[in-house]
Amino acid sequence: MSDLFVVEDLTVTFPTSRGPVDVVKNVSFTVGRDDTLGIVGESGSGKSMTALAVLGLLPRGARTSGSVKLDGIELLGKSERDLRSVRGNAISMVFQDPLSSLNPYYTVGLQISEMYQTHRGGSRRSARQVAIDALDRVGIPDPARRVDHYPHQFSGGQRQRVMIAMALCCSPSLLIADEPTTALDVTVQAQILELLAELQSTTGTGMIFITHDLAVISSIAQRVLVMRSGDPVEYGTAEQVFSAPRHEYTRMLLDAVPRIDDEVAL
Amino acid sequence: MTRYVLGRLGSVVLILLAVCLFTYLIFFKLSPDPAVMICGKTCTPDRIDSIRNVLGLNQPLLSQFWEFLRGIFVGRQYGSVHCPAPCLGYSFQTNESVWSMITARLPVSVTVAVGAAVLWLLAGVIGGLVSAIKQGTWWDRSAMALALGGVSVPNYVLALVLQYVLVVKLQVLPFPAAVSFVDNPVVWFESYLMPWVVLAVGYACLYARLTRSNVIDTLSENYYRTARAKGLSGSLIMRRHALRPALTPITTIFGMDFAGLLGGALITETVFGLNGIGKLAADSIAKNDQPVIMAVTLLAAFFVVIGNVVVDLLYTALDPRVRVVST
Repeated sequence: MSDLFVVEDLTVTFPTSRGPVDVVKNVSFTVGRDDTLGIVGESGSGKSMTALAVLGLLPRGARTSGSVKLDGIELLGKSERDLRSVRGNAISMVFQDPLSSLNPYYTVGLQISEMYQTHRGGSRRSARQVAIDALDRVGIPDPARRVDHYPHQFSGGQRQRVMIAMALCCSPSLLIADEPTTALDVTVQAQILELLAELQSTTGTGMIFITHDLAVISSIAQRVLVMRSGDPVEYGTAEQVFSAPRHEYTRMLLDAVPRIDDEVAL
Repeated sequence: MTRYVLGRLGSVVLILLAVCLFTYLIFFKLSPDPAVMICGKTCTPDRIDSIRNVLGLNQPLLSQFWEFLRGIFVGRQYGSVHCPAPCLGYSFQTNESVWSMITARLPVSVTVAVGAAVLWLLAGVIGGLVSAIKQGTWWDRSAMALALGGVSVPNYVLALVLQYVLVVKLQVLPFPAAVSFVDNPVVWFESYLMPWVVLAVGYACLYARLTRSNVIDTLSENYYRTARAKGLSGSLIMRRHALRPALTPITTIFGMDFAGLLGGALITETVFGLNGIGKLAADSIAKNDQPVIMAVTLLAAFFVVIGNVVVDLLYTALDPRVRVVST
């Protein structure tokens, strides 16, 4: 398995009134083609900041150091213009809350096709067809009609499907899914996970799956990175991390998952 | 959609009717007897009676109101004088038809309102936008401080200061004169420039602050982050994913402000001696000229109510979320 995406010693620093604070500290990991890396940790552990940092999407004032390479090409330090051609094109993102992540003022078709046209060019008509095909691929029924609908006219699960359709419309080599199932109910979660796994197997896209839910990670990821307060606590194959956690924090996280056979004091 | 529009228009008719009734009651019933006022100093009880008769003041209140409403749509009879529709009565002071007084002055008020609106929209929205993009810089801070100052200055003060500086001291502008655009566009423009600026300053400052905070709010929206993550160009992100959502709420405020101004900019018109609806209102109040007061009040209410409906309908076009609820 060749390494598609290599992150080494990634550190993200925010200036505060009490001096600079590292919110991500020396994080290193690799993602291969067809491979899924799960990044897991509680809120504020630096998972999302890691994802935003690799695409240069951090809030103003944040500083990054280390190395982020996609197919051997260094991304950190690239100009905004160069990064734009990577975003959505080579590396795509799916965010947590699909309702607020889609612009309520435009149809989903336009939001998919504007991205396709930006990276691939072509006519409005052909971009629209791409949008319809993308919606069809993620299982939106009647895509030719739905393409002209607005985000609020879709259900929560469908909206996340739209986000995934958008993220995959330019056939990126890496997909970063930042808590894509957190805002959804359990049955819809399962459907979205199934869809992601299926799309990944057909497209060969590498994936970084960020979540606080260990159960989700165990079902989807080959490798796992556990983070806490910006520190990479444990990194290894899913099997290693889940069956023989080396770090106390990972054990704690695993113990925090409720099990069906747990005894509960009523 | 058609049902929504019809519903809105129906409510407009009801609101205007209610405004009519209240204005009528306030100005004709609670103020001094119009017949006595028209009659003047050399008055006899007989004369007062005959005036009451002509104006229909001795009839029951509801039928008087009905006559007034009928007058607006089909015209009415004052003794031997026929007042053609739309009839708003005759001025107690000049005997002039109120409708012709209004139509003669409306173009002035519309010119003042349109010119000022163009200025304040351009200055306010562009200023606010630049401030939002350059948030926290010296430009942002000084622009917002200036805006706060601008909102705080009463426009009659600004009007007098501008007149003193530009007309009296520097003599770069003439004192506003009633010149039509067709006769002399240059003098026309120079005459309206000061009223436009004076009226626009307060609004522009308010709009700059509004635009700035709306744009800043939008820049922290998740869909703005998505637009960046999609790799769209800077101008496309700005135009589609920041400006459109940020400026849509401003439409509402603009519609209301502009409609309010069409009913006359009372202070600005009076200070600059422009014969618009605002000055007509001020003059008629000073002279207790009830039919004129009544007419300008109704006109202002009419513009505000219509402005409100236009904004509502425009909103259904601008915000798809409203559109669906309304159908």
